[in-house]
Amino acid sequence: MSAIIKTENLHHVYGAGTPFERMALNNVNIEIERGEFIGLIGHTGSGKSTLIQHLNGLLKPSHGRVLFNGVDIWENIKRVREIRFKVGLVFQYPEHQLFEDTVYKDIAFGPSNMGFTKSEIDERVREAAEFVGITDEQLSKSPFELSGGQKRRAAIAGVIAMRPEVLILDEPTAGLDPAGREEILSRIRGYHEKLNTTVILVTHSMEEIAKNASRIIVMEDAKVRMTGTAKDIFSHADELESMGLAVPQITQVFLRLRNMGLDVDPSVYTIDQAEREIMEVRRKYDA
Amino acid sequence: MLKDITLGQYFPGTTSIHRMDPRMKLILTTAYIVVLFVAKGILSYMLLLAWLLTTVRLSRIKISVIFRGVRPLLFIISLTALLNMLYTPGRPALEFWILTITYEGIFVAIKMVSRIIMLITGTLLLTYTTSPIVLTDGLEQLLNPLKKLRVPVHELAMMMSIALRFIPTLIEEADKIINAQKARGADFETGSIFKRAKALIPLLVPLFISAFRRADELAIAMECRCYRGGEGRTSLRQLKYSSIDLKAMLFSVIVFTAVIVLRVLGI
Amino acid sequence: MGASEIILQGKDLSYRYESSPESDLALDGLNITVKRGELLAVLGHNGSGKSTLAKHFNAILLPTGGAMYVAGMDTSDEDMLYLVRQTVGMVFQNPDNQIVANVVEEDVAFAPENLGVETHEIRKRVDDALKAVGMYEYREHAPHRLSGGQKQRVAIAGVIAMMPECIVLDEPTAMLDPVGRNEVLKTIKKLNSERGITIVLITHHMEEAAICDRVVVMESGRIAADGTPKEVFAKVELMKSIDLAVPQTIELIYRLRKRGLDIPLDALSVEECAEAIMSSLSTVGGGSHVRNY
Repeated sequence: MSAIIKTENLHHVYGAGTPFERMALNNVNIEIERGEFIGLIGHTGSGKSTLIQHLNGLLKPSHGRVLFNGVDIWENIKRVREIRFKVGLVFQYPEHQLFEDTVYKDIAFGPSNMGFTKSEIDERVREAAEFVGITDEQLSKSPFELSGGQKRRAAIAGVIAMRPEVLILDEPTAGLDPAGREEILSRIRGYHEKLNTTVILVTHSMEEIAKNASRIIVMEDAKVRMTGTAKDIFSHADELESMGLAVPQITQVFLRLRNMGLDVDPSVYTIDQAEREIMEVRRKYDA
Repeated sequence: MLKDITLGQYFPGTTSIHRMDPRMKLILTTAYIVVLFVAKGILSYMLLLAWLLTTVRLSRIKISVIFRGVRPLLFIISLTALLNMLYTPGRPALEFWILTITYEGIFVAIKMVSRIIMLITGTLLLTYTTSPIVLTDGLEQLLNPLKKLRVPVHELAMMMSIALRFIPTLIEEADKIINAQKARGADFETGSIFKRAKALIPLLVPLFISAFRRADELAIAMECRCYRGGEGRTSLRQLKYSSIDLKAMLFSVIVFTAVIVLRVLGI
Repeated sequence: MGASEIILQGKDLSYRYESSPESDLALDGLNITVKRGELLAVLGHNGSGKSTLAKHFNAILLPTGGAMYVAGMDTSDEDMLYLVRQTVGMVFQNPDNQIVANVVEEDVAFAPENLGVETHEIRKRVDDALKAVGMYEYREHAPHRLSGGQKQRVAIAGVIAMMPECIVLDEPTAMLDPVGRNEVLKTIKKLNSERGITIVLITHHMEEAAICDRVVVMESGRIAADGTPKEVFAKVELMKSIDLAVPQTIELIYRLRKRGLDIPLDALSVEECAEAIMSSLSTVGGGSHVRNY
């Protein structure tokens, strides 16, 4: 299987030649397969925002290549704009970019830029709205009449409506309350499951990553430091902590239990796993 | 990129120019601009250039930094030069097609360009070496007598300082919105002027809304910190003239007077 | 409890936003008392009324029913407005929208300048406030070049320079990354323990509530729970019924109890949780399942 997105020796330097020169990406090589749900984690300034803006051609590599379906996206400069339709990028606080007088028109902005007919646009808008849970009644409202969480979902629909092959979301739950966070994540999960779209979720929350991602990429200091499944990654708790990233609380409990001498798997990262594991230990004893 | 704009930027430092009283800096900069327009002969320009270069040197601001500040205006400067060269009557120096460049035109163009660049450099030097708040404080105090004429001096100064405070924030925000709309296929770069103007709507609407939101939140935050206008307000910095200001003033007065004398003498 | 120990007191507080219908109260007959020196979290989801309550603590909003007292002063008394605001400082969610000046120290000086404090005294207060939040060495920096956590600490310093008795922080970490969030939480804990400043932290992060001495949970303009973090989080069903999560540690113990394990529901920290699970397992049968080294 060939990768849908691949980077080769990707470098990016900001402010080259000025006193503010800074290397934001240093030899980044990643490969993402079609249908994966990737969690991208790293702390502020680690280069993750710079990386995702390369994947849809908003930033141009200082050195190295970005391949989409095996083709260098900068091979033909005129076609870079088309990559943005195939690799949909939802920025942080996307509700700040809403501008139309109805939610419907705002969601339609992307598809109309792609040059679709009215009926095609309509189909896409309604489909995207359904994925994020925006009702028909809300579609005809002004985006500014919606609640915070609804605005965020409408903005995400604006990208989904382009039917991208890859959907990248930069901290889609930032600033929301627990109910709002869960609503967004379950919508994204549903969308991923139904269409098998490749998803890249950028977040600070280890719990969110643990629950959703099939593979995790950890960045630090402009470089990719680790990639692997949640189980692989969370078994390196010490390294993660030295990068200023904490493993989920439940993993910490299990590391502690193991240190106390209990024979449990330390790479547990969800409550369900934890519950099963403890009950297992108990059963072993009872037998 | 938008982020490269250096307007209103301040480079902290401890040189004598940095330490001068903002009121003195404002007065001298204003005097310099006036004298720059009075100046006529080459000698006068040389004198003012010497004054300017001495100040730049003392402030330890790099020439390259000043050039960066001038760069955004290069187009206007070149246009001025070109028009002057073409439309000043006199002895032709160069002729092609229906255009004639005169010797007088070249001379006027050089003079205009030096004047504009010296003007910009002088004002840049003021903002580069003076923190905007201190500058506003100085302006407020200089304009204080106008309060008697019911001019809202404090409010104007506060407006200016908040505007300066939010320039970088709004530039950053505009950058973010541009990228977000580009990610949805917005095209800000091609097409007719009409099409491009229309393409700005997805940028301008969110920027306006954000400005309103910020204004609203800032107003509440200021009230919470007991802001109630200029009355009874004190300041972290008490402005005081020092010996540096006296030296700067004497030096400048001598140079500026010389320029005026040269003008009167017609040299 | 003497009256002088009470810094904030809301009596039958009601508030209705002008745009909402008659029956839709943002605060609905709420009673709350905060003692001097407390470190209190107000937890609730969006729309629970927690921000509305916060805005009553320093007279940004005035109750439409009941009364709000700050250090004994009625916040509806206009003559007391500036005294109320000096007593209770406010820090908001977005640090960018509360920093007024272009240089850190000048921003911190803003409130004392407004209050007409003398120049040399302002200097003292500014230096002291910046040291209190660990931002003294950044005093001459431009705020827009700082990180989110640093900006928020500058905003806190700007409030400390008023020398308030109480600081109310309205979701101060919502826009920060984990590093910034820790910086801010450490700072407010330190201000509380070292300077005795009363802290009211409005949040929807239960991890933040867990570090406070007392947690008040809000739901539809009323108080749904009030107690120590352990007491409050033990009410797992209540918390879930109002769409609030509980810490993973509590959630795990709650589920294990449902499965018949005998573990007390009060282990909040990772250490406590591991200990509790360990001891519940070893009581069952002498600990033979524990590997010996």
